[in-house]
Amino acid sequence: MSTDNHAHGAHTAHVAHHFKTADQQYSSGKEGIWLFMLTEILMFGAIFVGYFYYHNQYPEMFAEGAKSLDWKMGFVNTLVLIFSSFTMAISISFIQKNQQKKAVLALATTILCAAIFMVIKYFEYQHKFHLGLYPGKFLDAAKVGAEHANLGLYFGFYYTMTGLHGIHVMIGIGLITWCLLRTVRGDFHSQYWIPVEGVGLFWHIVDLIWIFLFPLLYLVG
Amino acid sequence: MAQNNDNNANVLHPHITPMATYFKVALALFGLTFLTVFAHQFHHQMGSWAAPVAFLIALIKASLVILWFMHLKDDTKMNRFIFAIGFVFLALLFGICAIDFATRVPEFSPL
Repeated sequence: MSTDNHAHGAHTAHVAHHFKTADQQYSSGKEGIWLFMLTEILMFGAIFVGYFYYHNQYPEMFAEGAKSLDWKMGFVNTLVLIFSSFTMAISISFIQKNQQKKAVLALATTILCAAIFMVIKYFEYQHKFHLGLYPGKFLDAAKVGAEHANLGLYFGFYYTMTGLHGIHVMIGIGLITWCLLRTVRGDFHSQYWIPVEGVGLFWHIVDLIWIFLFPLLYLVG
Repeated sequence: MAQNNDNNANVLHPHITPMATYFKVALALFGLTFLTVFAHQFHHQMGSWAAPVAFLIALIKASLVILWFMHLKDDTKMNRFIFAIGFVFLALLFGICAIDFATRVPEFSPL
């Protein structure tokens, strides 16, 4: 049994017949994911525009809403997500060097961080529900003691933005688990790892959106 | 094996980012997150500059993630173009909405 140091003997790129080279196959796959990322940026972008628009219209009401958020929770979640992005990135590096065991460990850490993020999110939501801070017309204005009758609008944005982001985190957990299982099975190596690269790009976009959501919701308000 | 892999269509030639680069980028991201929270302690003094400062730091963090974690620095021209197009349309969306907001005349319904 030879190691993979000299030739790419045991590991081949398996170039599909409609591609000229392995490099072309790889960059085509990546290009598709980038096009998908484009739609993600624009989807969240539209919600950000909505937030800025209503924030300009009702600045005091948005300030009142932002006061009820605990920035420490958002801060810890930011650190957790950045660390998970780091472990996702190094997992690809390990696969490129045929260090699959280390890659599995890095992917497992990524899933763990994503789970921690969702648990913190769960406690945040739970606390908000307890206080009666529901979105839109469901907001319990009397229980909250809201200064602004339309405070529910702020929480409409809060739940939409963090909720849509949370759904992405959960989808990410599923996709990274799929990558982890396939890495364990030995599907990925120095010549083939496009699925991990694609899921990685998706996961970094999830991190990227949170990088903007954290100051927007928790700090600036 | 004397075969030259550079000319072999069946061999992938990946760009491998050194592990040290990932460590440095992660450290910078952690540092900038702390800076965001630190800068926020002075948001009363900064006044209306608090939000632009927070978003500027977020933008730097986002650039680090995009260039190194998402490998756009070493990616194909086409992928960089696709990504840039996304931000062109985002700027269009923000710009037109900003114009609308700046030029809108407030009217109050008599009802």
